Formats: sequence, C-alpha cells, structure tokens
Amino acid sequence: MASTTASELGTGGAPAREGGSRGGGGTLYRGDLGMWTWVAHRITGVLTFFFLLVHVLDTALVRVSPNAYDKTIELYKNPLVNLMEVGLVGAVLYHALNGIRVMLVDFWSKGPKVQRAMFWVIAGIWLLVMVPGAYFMLARTISELFGGH
Amino acid sequence: MTATVEKAPTAGSRGSQPPVPEGATTITVKIRRFNPETDTEPCWESFDVPALPTDRVLNLLHYVKWYLDGTLTFRRSCAHGICGSDAMRINGVNRLACKVLVKDLLAGAGKHTTITVEPIKGLPVHKDLLVDMEPFFEAYRAVKPFLITSGNEPTRERIQSAADRERFDDTTKCILCAACTTSCPVFWSEQRYFGPAAIVNAHRFIFDSRDEGAEERLDILNDVDGVWRCRTTFNCTDACPRGIQVTKAIQEVKRALLFRRV
Repeated sequence: MASTTASELGTGGAPAREGGSRGGGGTLYRGDLGMWTWVAHRITGVLTFFFLLVHVLDTALVRVSPNAYDKTIELYKNPLVNLMEVGLVGAVLYHALNGIRVMLVDFWSKGPKVQRAMFWVIAGIWLLVMVPGAYFMLARTISELFGGH
Repeated sequence: MTATVEKAPTAGSRGSQPPVPEGATTITVKIRRFNPETDTEPCWESFDVPALPTDRVLNLLHYVKWYLDGTLTFRRSCAHGICGSDAMRINGVNRLACKVLVKDLLAGAGKHTTITVEPIKGLPVHKDLLVDMEPFFEAYRAVKPFLITSGNEPTRERIQSAADRERFDDTTKCILCAACTTSCPVFWSEQRYFGPAAIVNAHRFIFDSRDEGAEERLDILNDVDGVWRCRTTFNCTDACPRGIQVTKAIQEVKRALLFRRV
C-alpha cells in the first residue's frame, strides 16, 4: 500500500531539496469531498486493524486458559466498551461501503463522474443502519446505567 | 543650479500608488513568503489592497508587487488562463491567480475579506510563490508526450475519425500548470509518483489512434509509482483550471492496463 497517511495531509510532506524550502506550516489543503472520504477510509481501516489485533489475541486466550478468557470477556462488559463497539460497527460499515464506492470508481466507467452522488448514497445507508443499530446496541447499557428496570 | 535627486523606487516597484477606483473595498492579502537568502522557514505577510469585485487575484498580487513590496516573487505570463504559469494555492485550494475573481472570495456583507495565497505544495519553494517545476517536468518527459510511429512517413496527413479523436479530447486541454499534481496528497508525501499531469499527458497519446507507443507508455506507468499510486481523492479534478476530468483519465489508464485494451 502507499506510504501516505492522513497525518501527512496538513504538513508539506516534501523532503527538503537543495536550495528550496519544504514550505511546511501552511494552511490545510481544502481538498475535494473525495479527499476527506479517503482520509476517513484510512482512519477507519487503521481502527479496524487494531480491533482485529485485540480480537485475535483475546480469542486465542481461550486455547491458553478458558478461565483467563472468561475474565477478559467479563472485563469488556462495561459502558465504555459498549460505546467502543458502536464505534467499531460504524467504522467497519463506513469502510465496507466506501470500499464498494472506491471499487466502482475503479472499475465502472461512469464511477468517477458520479463519485459524489455515490458518497451521499453510502452516507444515507450508513445513517439508516447506524441510527437504529446504535439504539439497540446501547439500549441495555443505558437502561442499566440509569436504572430503567 | 540645484537638482533634487528623487528617491529611486525599490526593485520591481512602480513607485507612488494609483488612485483607488470607485467601488473598491480594502481586502487583506495574506501571502506565504520565503526568502532563501534571509529566512530558514516560510512565514506569513499581510498586505491591505484596494480591490474591485471584478478584479482577479493576480491583480491584487500585481498591486502588492508594484506599489507595496517590489520583492514579492511569483510567476505569471499571459494572465488569461492559457500559459499556466500562475498556479498557486488560493484560500487553501490550487487555482490559477488569473482565473479567480475577487467577488467569488468576498466574505459576507460587512465582514472583512482575507485572501490567503501560498505556493503550490510538494515542489521545493525557491522564493515566495515561485517553486522549482523541474521534478514536475521530469515526470512529464518520462511518459514520452510526443507522437510515436513506425514505418515510413505518410505522404498525406494521418487521418482520424471524429469518434477516435473524441476519446482523448479532454486530455488535450492540459496547460502543464501543475495545479493537479500539487493538489495530490499522494504526491505531497511521495515525489517519485508520476502525478496526475504526467498521466493525463500519457492518456492523450495512449488513446490516440494515430500513435503506436501506447504499450511503451503503459509499461512506464505500470509501476508502484505509476498509475497504481492514485488513491482517487479527486483533488486533481477539482483543481484543474481547464476542467479536465483528471481522475477519470487516470482510471481509464488503469483499466487499459488491467484489461489490455486501448
């Protein structure tokens, strides 16, 4: 994959050449909508990677000691982790939907022309899934936190 | 006999300021400046300039250079959007200074307008808004942007149908201003990437039915630093002052490589 990361956006990434300034510290480039979808795609990709890393580690624990595995899973049953789970679903969903958009831009000849429209479609699907999704995922935590028994 | 020696205006300056035209408002032009002889880092400098809504950003830069500070350095030649020498970052996006009108940058009613002007990003800055274009032209030359044919020269012109001409019509419009290449986040961090402009000019010949060098150019661009570096951020399409669908052209080259169909 490319060596570009989102953190390089604001700073002029050019290495200083002889007799020139690298021109760092300027304003943030006010790029196209496509640039911001790409930044978000990178961020959600990295977030998903870290989730998978932790997920592989905690699941592997069951082979080491089922007791330790149970303890670890018990650790996850708190409101903060519940919120992180909602964030994870949001990140994976965005990454998947935008991935389809990027593939269409790559392989469909009309893709580049309708890339903005495709973004608004995936944004709509994301909201349509995430609003009820977040509600059902958080309902139990909220009712326990605020004593709605 | 006494002769008064008038104070000579500083280099590049035209001396006293012209009358302010009716209907002009004062605008702050905030310029990212760098003098290699005195500065180690670029810094911002602001100038108050009287401007009409019909002025172009280039007029404001001329006002600064001619009447306020003759040391301001920038490129411009035709000033009509044809030569492609005054690409710069205006209010955060790459534009030609001669094509952006002040009325499109004015802040809302009653608010003071500030316009920021910076050199294009990713190329070494020589002075103020003047950058070293050599890495950009190096990539351009590398894609062999000229007609490649084999066999004897025809005695008449090379005939092409209107439909064949249409295939690369969009990419013939390039004026090599570098607005697209220096708007690309991939290019900012990896200068070995050919960049949108070089690919656009390769596209112009790859899809030309009279040209026989398509395979050669596709091989050059079939590289980690070739078309595959493109992450379809569409900044180049947005930046192009000629309205070329740059990302679309890059994608067409990618598909030509994938399916070997030119």
